[in-house]
Amino acid sequence: MKITLTIDGVRYDDDVEPRLLLVHYLREHAGRTGTPIGCDTSNCGACTVLLNGKSVKSCSVLAVQADGASVTTIQGLAAGNGSGEDGWHPLQKAFHEEHGLQCGYCTPGMILAAVDLLNENPNPTEEQVRDGLEGNLCRCTGYQNIVRAVLKAAGSTTGAGVQA
Amino acid sequence: MTATADHEVGRARTRKEDARLVTGQTSWTDNIMLPGLAQVAFLRSPHAHARITSVNLDAARTAPGVIAVFAGADVAAEQGSLPCAWPVTEDIVIPNHPPMAVETVRYAGEIVAAVVARDRYAAADALELIDVEYEPLPPVLDMPAALEPGSPKVHAEGNKSYTWSLANGDLDAAFADAPVVIERTYRQQRLIPEAMEPRAVVVAPVADEFTMWSSTQIPHVLKVMLALVTGIPEHKLRVIAPDVGGGFGSKLQVTAEEVLALILARRLGRPVKWTESRTEGNAAVHHGRDQIQKIRIAADADGTLRGLDVDLLADMGAYLMIVTPGVPLLGAFMFNAIYKMAAYRFNCTGVFTTKTPTDAYRGAGRPEATYAIEHIMDDLAFHLGLDPLEVRERNWIKHEEFPYTTISGLTYDTGNYEAATALAKDLFQYEELRKEQSERNAASAQVRLGLGVSTYTEMCGLAPSRVLGSLRYAAGGWEHAAIRMLPTGMVEVITGSSAHGQGHETAWSQIVADELGVPFEDVRVLHGDTAISHKGMDTYGSRSLVVGGTALVSACGKVREKARVIAAAMMEVAPTDLEWADGRWAVRGDPDQGKTIGEIAFATFAAHDLPDGVEPSLDCDATIDPDNFSYPHGTHLCAVEVDTETGWVKIRSYVAVDDIGNVINPLIVDGQLHGGIVQGIAQALFEEAAYDDSGNLVTASLADYLIPSAADVPSFTLARTQTPSTLNPLGVKGVGEAGTIASTPAVVNAIVDALRPFGVTDVAMPCTPERVWRAINNALPSPGETPPLQPPAQNQVDGGGAA
Repeated sequence: MKITLTIDGVRYDDDVEPRLLLVHYLREHAGRTGTPIGCDTSNCGACTVLLNGKSVKSCSVLAVQADGASVTTIQGLAAGNGSGEDGWHPLQKAFHEEHGLQCGYCTPGMILAAVDLLNENPNPTEEQVRDGLEGNLCRCTGYQNIVRAVLKAAGSTTGAGVQA
Repeated sequence: MTATADHEVGRARTRKEDARLVTGQTSWTDNIMLPGLAQVAFLRSPHAHARITSVNLDAARTAPGVIAVFAGADVAAEQGSLPCAWPVTEDIVIPNHPPMAVETVRYAGEIVAAVVARDRYAAADALELIDVEYEPLPPVLDMPAALEPGSPKVHAEGNKSYTWSLANGDLDAAFADAPVVIERTYRQQRLIPEAMEPRAVVVAPVADEFTMWSSTQIPHVLKVMLALVTGIPEHKLRVIAPDVGGGFGSKLQVTAEEVLALILARRLGRPVKWTESRTEGNAAVHHGRDQIQKIRIAADADGTLRGLDVDLLADMGAYLMIVTPGVPLLGAFMFNAIYKMAAYRFNCTGVFTTKTPTDAYRGAGRPEATYAIEHIMDDLAFHLGLDPLEVRERNWIKHEEFPYTTISGLTYDTGNYEAATALAKDLFQYEELRKEQSERNAASAQVRLGLGVSTYTEMCGLAPSRVLGSLRYAAGGWEHAAIRMLPTGMVEVITGSSAHGQGHETAWSQIVADELGVPFEDVRVLHGDTAISHKGMDTYGSRSLVVGGTALVSACGKVREKARVIAAAMMEVAPTDLEWADGRWAVRGDPDQGKTIGEIAFATFAAHDLPDGVEPSLDCDATIDPDNFSYPHGTHLCAVEVDTETGWVKIRSYVAVDDIGNVINPLIVDGQLHGGIVQGIAQALFEEAAYDDSGNLVTASLADYLIPSAADVPSFTLARTQTPSTLNPLGVKGVGEAGTIASTPAVVNAIVDALRPFGVTDVAMPCTPERVWRAINNALPSPGETPPLQPPAQNQVDGGGAA
């Protein structure tokens, strides 16, 4: 099937199998390997991206369902090319400053889920952050610094929501 | 070494690693694309135990996009046997372990066939077309039953792999007339490590040389083992561990998939990739824990320990993997923990079952030991009507008694259990919580409060090679580091440790910055590629900093000494006239005259005026073998609220005071503790690899195996006491496993503490609401009986003990 979609600001026109998962399309067709895969039951959230600005687990979306949509991955979140901290999204900065990652495998999904969470609720409580990130699993951090990072970013993201 | 404005060590530096990780510029193994890369998929046994009677690959071989299909018989001549590097006894049974099953499968998830196809979808489709017929054999699932004479056999040699023992002191005398004997049986459930990155491996053959990228903790060990298993000469192999998404011991392995990927790439002459699905991994990645612990203590009437007797059954699963049989041995030295006693006996029998093999999982032997001793110390305290901390204090090694050689033969260098416990009690508001607990109990409140104690220690810094040799481990425990001084004064550090989330690039940079007087930013740390880091023993057992950090300090010292000679020539003074001060070589008594390592590096690069016989290089390396383990310790206190109507457990507060010696980076240390504590809580409350009666893993996916989310755990209060290790120049002890070791008993002790008024003495892990509810209701007296609100009278043998 023919699809047209925008990934991190770039337009892609492709012909794909109907069964192709969006995450496989991102990784293996579009070369956006910043989005990893952590499970096969949509439990872990590692593959979370923004689809038209809302967080989705890209393992539970078919590429054809993203036809006409705009996708933001972790590689499209920072301003510029992402090589300098200056252009990082407040959540990228906060995860770094608060040591909200260790191995980093859950981090792209965790950050994008948090972007959506803060768009919905710019000033969450700790409990709201914990509940809001329930669909994203991390095995390294024990979540404490992830929660701290999201709360820190909440103070600085007003107006910085991603309009993908 | 304390943090000052001038020192990097001790600073809460944010991590260098983060820049690529928060922007998606990562190099996970599954990201690697190569021209002509083919995808491998494995067909796995749906049976726990069966004979393979036929395999038909015809339909799969002609499926679209399929390059080749193999069954076990096709690779039998070249696949060898997966290695076990720890034959713990002379008469241990180490069964043959073909990477792909040929005749018999012994656990559900064992590989029976492989497809190589143009992409992962074509490979998955072709798996469906393979027809394997099995003749089912009886599963072997229960350890005690497996040791019965009439049990079906997992291997022809029988179901016992080995029995290993350790004894010191007169145990019979310790128990003979002991006023108190307590005997318990605890169950360490089977766990799945669940690193967030599923395993993946890529192999690229070029002529007769092979490069392997693997999501591994042990690229160096893997390279040696691959050479031994496949016969490919070691110098024709290069192993790269790129960004690795967590390990927790699960990637401390030489796996069937790695060996088969190498063999298939060699067979086909083209690069291949295999990427694991989570469901596949839950059955195929080695599991952790799974022990039945029979533990018996003898004590005086005042709670002073006399003797400790431990008898373990340890489930090996179907095969012995790289260190499977050795994991319980790492616990053998830790059951006595921080306590003094006159006699100790440890006995462990390794048992084969038709389940996924077990092996190292965060803590590896030490969490099991710590759980058992810390649980039974609480039982002893309850038996005697003492506070759990009081009974510990009566038995622990006092700070002035260090160095102290324990009953199991280890010599602990330093520690201060009094200080850590006092600080933890204070932060926890222990006395206030005890008061609230009494009030709730007196009021027969529906929601009870329980306080859990865990005063753990552990052995880190694996390991002195001589000790490993005496325990029959095949390899050593040294570590390597090298310094490459670049002409512009920048420093490349090469380490044999292989980070997979720990933050080596940051911590190593801090150490080198101080050792060589260079800015933190000027240091780059290289690791995980055997072509760059040519020797190493990799990362596990909280060893990287303790052993690898020591090698790093040693290498830096050698660089400084080489630089000293050249600096002296540059300043036209004798080397003995120089002193290393403020990060440079300065003339003693004339501090204005000095040369930084960067200036010396450039002069060395130019090499115009070097003294005769001095080589134009500052580069140095060092390989360090530790003399002893290191011994972090701490006191963790956990308060839980237990709803006695529903069995629901809520962690109300958790205080961890850890003494890990000197701290290189407090940000990283806190992160290790947070994550470790949650992993231990996960064992206490949530996780269990469960099998049905046929031997199928029923917790095969993350939908069934509950790893905690942010909503399931609280924030923790962390603090530290600091008793530097005397065993290494950094004074560090290791922190990677501390949280996991400490927290499981702290949580379960808290739950049992809440339920003691109901007569509950144990709740099997994981303490799910159902198990907690059943524990309460099974312990409740029949109508008319008096509930056992008081501890049993002293001098009474508790728990059916065999005094």
